[in-house]
Amino acid sequence: MDRLLLLGDEAIAQGAMDSGMSGIYAYPGTPSTEITEYVQASKYAGEQQIHRQWSANEKTAMEAALGMSYAGKRSMVCMKHVGLNVAADPFLNSAITGVNGGMLIVSADDPSMHSSQNEQDSRFYGNFAMIPMLEPSNQQEAYEMAYEGFELSEKLKTPILLRITTRLAHSRSGVARREQKPQNTGKIPSNLRQFVLLPVFARQNYEGLISNQIPMEQAAAGSSYNRYIDGEDKSLGIIAAGIAYNYLMENFQQQRLIHPVLKLSQYPLPHKLVDRMLEECEQVMIIEEGFPFIEEKLKGYQAKGTPIKGKLDGSLPRTGELNPSHIAEAYGLEVQEGAPVPGIVSNRPPAMCQGCGHIESYNALNQALREYSEGRVFSDIGCYTLGALPPFEAINSCVDMGASITMAKGAADAGLVPAVAVIGDSTFTHSGMTGLLDCVIEKSPVTVVISDNFTTAMTGGQDSHALGRLERICEGLGVEKEHIRVFRPTRKNIDQMVEIMKEEIAYEGVSVIIPRRQCVQTMKNKKLVEKVKELGL
Amino acid sequence: MKTDIVLAGVGGQGILSIAATIGMAVLENNLYLKQAEVHGMSQRGGAVQSHMRLSDQEIFSDLIPKGSADIILSVEPMESLRYLPFLSPGGWLVTNTKAYKNITNYPDEKEILGQIQKCKKYIALDANEIASDIGSRRSSNIVMLGAASPFFQIPFDSFKEGIRKIFARKGDQVIDVNIQALEAGRAFADENM
Ligand SMILES: Cc1ncc(C[n+]2csc(CCOP(=O)(O)OP(=O)(O)O)c2C)c(N)n1
Repeated sequence: MDRLLLLGDEAIAQGAMDSGMSGIYAYPGTPSTEITEYVQASKYAGEQQIHRQWSANEKTAMEAALGMSYAGKRSMVCMKHVGLNVAADPFLNSAITGVNGGMLIVSADDPSMHSSQNEQDSRFYGNFAMIPMLEPSNQQEAYEMAYEGFELSEKLKTPILLRITTRLAHSRSGVARREQKPQNTGKIPSNLRQFVLLPVFARQNYEGLISNQIPMEQAAAGSSYNRYIDGEDKSLGIIAAGIAYNYLMENFQQQRLIHPVLKLSQYPLPHKLVDRMLEECEQVMIIEEGFPFIEEKLKGYQAKGTPIKGKLDGSLPRTGELNPSHIAEAYGLEVQEGAPVPGIVSNRPPAMCQGCGHIESYNALNQALREYSEGRVFSDIGCYTLGALPPFEAINSCVDMGASITMAKGAADAGLVPAVAVIGDSTFTHSGMTGLLDCVIEKSPVTVVISDNFTTAMTGGQDSHALGRLERICEGLGVEKEHIRVFRPTRKNIDQMVEIMKEEIAYEGVSVIIPRRQCVQTMKNKKLVEKVKELGL
Repeated sequence: MKTDIVLAGVGGQGILSIAATIGMAVLENNLYLKQAEVHGMSQRGGAVQSHMRLSDQEIFSDLIPKGSADIILSVEPMESLRYLPFLSPGGWLVTNTKAYKNITNYPDEKEILGQIQKCKKYIALDANEIASDIGSRRSSNIVMLGAASPFFQIPFDSFKEGIRKIFARKGDQVIDVNIQALEAGRAFADENM
């Protein structure tokens, strides 16, 4: 079959489509976004009517994917690592319900925090839910795992977590395709109580999940993704998980690796293979991207038994993504390095674009707040978070999506009045609406600025569920009509903007301010420009 | 045979279009390829890089180990220096000299040039100017690719073929100016190696 040059993300999308996926559900998030975008751009997906629209957030996406699985079809849900926090409730419970049609959950971790607020390792979630996990070492394996993952899911009757990290997600390589399979025809579960997690049924399901651990481990032990490669020198054994296997092998192109290696890409950890290494080798080095997940499991509470080298004893860095040089150093190879970076090179952090509406909103907000003491602006996640940096330094928090409104409320409850929240349109419909309802119920003295640019800009300009609906949503939630203020943030309008902001900040109740102007990066998106015109925004 | 390239620039300058053209040229030659891109936050005017690796043998790591890149190809002078730790002792630094100043503390341009000239092997050219001379200011990236092309172990014609494929939908005129840009960059390199 044909070979394609694909990002790791795209390989997953292609593998899933070739394997008869009926729907993909997701909310954008770097580094996972391109999986869904690839399906959205696919002509084949259109012809096959594969569901591929964005969801409001990761929780709604996970639940919809579970619903599709209930109906007997193959579904995939994709998110960045922190998205799995948002979707944790349906995620953990989907392990208890099990699946009908195959279901794959892709979580893309971001060690080094290239575009994220933390480095959490999704494997802990897989372990927590007690479901099998797949962790590809390269693009071809990413394709294969998506392709075969549905079958594994249907065979073990459980959702499968496919874990990748930034580097694989965003790196391109040649991928060979396999035969294209049709979608499942769909049928409801044979046991109509399977998905009813009333305690009486849930207890049975939970027993089932526990006894399913054995076949899950057997599947991992026999998996072609896990390989024990023997070596004559048993003074050291090496376990390399997922992409870390590549970084290891990169160091052994010119010279042969004489130690046994366990390449690990399918979990739960197969005792058969791991025990062999622990018994055979005097010492074991564990290379894994993310947290010391395998290392902690093998090391346990006491550092007895076979000595283990890894992130916990400092052989490998505890934070940040791995690279081949880290492994060379831990192994004791000579590490080469080019010239140092000259001292004159300055940092170049990301910044808001020229002509961005967020800029004018911050200029106005800073002016409007001048008469109050500082430190009262709670913000959120999106391009506007860059307002934390000079020259604006306009915001005092960025924690998780939706937290601006609720943190402002809590601070106001504590007496920090007025409190201001700054949130983007897409983040607002992701998880800001419920917090605004809390504010309305208590008539909290909070001013919410929804900086509306008609798109999900930070992740590359995906559709925003808020388009053309913001005022109606706010009104529906109970915000008083006269305290919903809309304007166009431009330099010319600054006085009017400051005036409106001052009025609403002074109001001792809930107000919503909507600075509204299209994101400059989306001006080439004809469909959006048309839509905005049609809606009269 | 292997060539490891660090592509450097500022988010929005379009280094991914260079990467795509190289990718096409590589496929043309049936080589293995790995290309680690930067997506997400840094694309908003931050420093961005892409690691490209091509080889006639299987490639393992998506990232280039430090001290082993054959080429740093940068579309911005200060950014070219940021990745020096990756450059191998015999590697080439190929950079545009046109500064992109979206920060307030941009260093003195002469000092930057001085640092570039300290490299053992370098090619420094104003690709923006060369592209304007050709009448296609948007082709400065392809000028840079041309300037780096002698250091790739693939035939020059493959890059032309790559351009034809990448710009196929944009018509013959766009293809022609970009091939011109590629040749102009190559000519500069040939004279200044
Ligand atoms: C739970 C979670 N999901 C996804 C993301 C990724 N993400 C960060 S910002 C953002 C877009 C926000 O869009 P919007 O609020 O409209 O702001 P804009 O970037 O358009 O200014 C997304 C999807 C995240 N950080 N956390």
